[in-house]
Amino acid sequence: MHPKILRYLERFFIYFILLIGTWIMVFPFLWMVSTSFKSQYEAFSFPPSLIPQKPTLENYIRALTIVPFGRWFLNSFIVASATTLLVVVISSLAGYIFARKDFRWKEPLFYMFLITLMIPGMVTIIPNFILIRTLGLMDTYLGLIFPYTSWNLAMSIYILRNFFSAIPQSIEDSARIDGCSELGIFLKIMLPLAKPGIATIAIFSFLYGWDEFTWALTATSSLHMRTLAVGLALFHGKYLTLWTLLSAGMVIATIPPVIVFILFQKYFIPNLMAGAIKG
Amino acid sequence: MVKIKLINLTKRFGNVIAVDHLNLTVEHGELLVLLGPSGCGKTTTLRLIAGLENPDEGDIYFDNMLVNDMSPKDRNVAMVFQDYALYPHMTAYDNIAFPLRNRGYSESDIKKKVLEVAEMLGIKELLDRKPRQLSGGQKQRVALARAIVREPNVFLLDEPLSNLDAKLKTQMRAELRKLQKSLGVTTVYVTHDQAEAMSIGDRIAVMKDGKLLQVGTPEEVYENPKNMFVAGFIGSPSMNFIKCIVKLRNGFYVLDCGDFKVNLSYERSREVDILEGEEVILGVRPEDIMILPERSSNAISASIELIEPLRPDMLIHLRIGNIKIVARSLSNLLWKPNDHVSVSFNLRKLHIFKKNGEKIM
Repeated sequence: MHPKILRYLERFFIYFILLIGTWIMVFPFLWMVSTSFKSQYEAFSFPPSLIPQKPTLENYIRALTIVPFGRWFLNSFIVASATTLLVVVISSLAGYIFARKDFRWKEPLFYMFLITLMIPGMVTIIPNFILIRTLGLMDTYLGLIFPYTSWNLAMSIYILRNFFSAIPQSIEDSARIDGCSELGIFLKIMLPLAKPGIATIAIFSFLYGWDEFTWALTATSSLHMRTLAVGLALFHGKYLTLWTLLSAGMVIATIPPVIVFILFQKYFIPNLMAGAIKG
Repeated sequence: MVKIKLINLTKRFGNVIAVDHLNLTVEHGELLVLLGPSGCGKTTTLRLIAGLENPDEGDIYFDNMLVNDMSPKDRNVAMVFQDYALYPHMTAYDNIAFPLRNRGYSESDIKKKVLEVAEMLGIKELLDRKPRQLSGGQKQRVALARAIVREPNVFLLDEPLSNLDAKLKTQMRAELRKLQKSLGVTTVYVTHDQAEAMSIGDRIAVMKDGKLLQVGTPEEVYENPKNMFVAGFIGSPSMNFIKCIVKLRNGFYVLDCGDFKVNLSYERSREVDILEGEEVILGVRPEDIMILPERSSNAISASIELIEPLRPDMLIHLRIGNIKIVARSLSNLLWKPNDHVSVSFNLRKLHIFKKNGEKIM
């Protein structure tokens, strides 16, 4: 076959496969957005349609008013933000130490952190429940923030350790010779250079705090302490599911993670390190 | 400007002795080159002087002050790294200003000083750029500016030119030399490139396996190497080494190299401390070998194997029986490969080493 035709064929297949993949990813999201603008009647009509026949905002108004939606939204936001802050602060300090400092039992300690990644969250839910109850943190923000932080730490420390390890030793030495203190080296040199890693773990831990369901269901009991993920599940009843209200609620719930992603994604600039050393 | 004194300096990494009882003095305002192959301990020595490593034994003095336990910051040294080590998230201006900011200078003083060194190094128009927007030579200048700006006691340069291309290297070498002389700052310069060491250093310290083999001016280490390693390491192409047996004839020593013999003069025979029958190594620099048309009297016959026309010189690879040597000659002589020629050595410039590498003559 002519090489040009072969190249077109190759292109065609690549795009074909990519389109299928994209559609599989995007379709449920589009369906959710579409359902949120449909009436209860239209949502169940057959054949189903992706474009609402009579778009309505009714679902949004009802979702925001019949349940304490604002409070849940605030709860989720507080929990996710505090988790993100704690994870970023602790894991950047720990990741830096694991990457750049030598001390006794460094490797075993690091592997102990990593091992926690291998234990499924469900396994620890009962011990965690007992722990949090004993500490008197049930039905509080801290009862969610502390466990979320600890579950996100291992992965975050691991990611940041790799970022800090990749920074050339000579940059650290140079800062030391230039009269920088140890804390100065961390704050003025290392942290700015690890920005892409910090952005990554910030996105991950925010999404985790925002989306987590099982522990939030276990550790909160009063209606006003529920997070959005747990609260929205109330639309999903044993005998009846309010799909249109659920969709509207979920569309609103999707907005903060998207904003967080947009805020941090500019730090994913490739080759941030480019130019640091010989070129 | 200080005088640096290293006394019995030793540094170990596990079982490896990186620096082995080093004694060395760098005079006020001097540019001393630490020269040696990779892994010889030259960079470790530099890091010890900087305070980035702590010595296991020995002392480091700046003038009469013991600095062993001083932090790099308090030693007031400036270092230029092989990879420049610019802070990638800062502009060239901020990079140069960084050591001043750490020392609490006011922003107006900082601006004045940064602009002054930027002017001196010709990088004034690059100050707003980030390191990734600079070429290798420009990065090098920014790194130098950062070192110069705070008027340090000592400059430490760790292979600062090794990432530049050949032309820029030669140019920067001369500039560095001029800059160092005009600032008059005591400088330790690490390199593995002997040509660079010869051209830039006031004195050269040759190191191997953590030990100091010889210190001297470029002329001294070239003309009068203390051992075979220094003799072979300095000079390009390196010195030719030929195994010989010492023989005695009519009160003169003769070096029997198998395929040819070298007669030592009466004076040299008296000076030299060798025994009849001893195995020694004869060292001849390529430029001390003369090539003559064949059948010259008292000469050694040889054949030409290969010619490297370097312009204006050429390197001629010769074979004398089983011995191969390299000679340097002017290129206007029309030798061709496979020519049969005669060679003779400049007898006043011969070097003789013991089998263990120590210099005899």
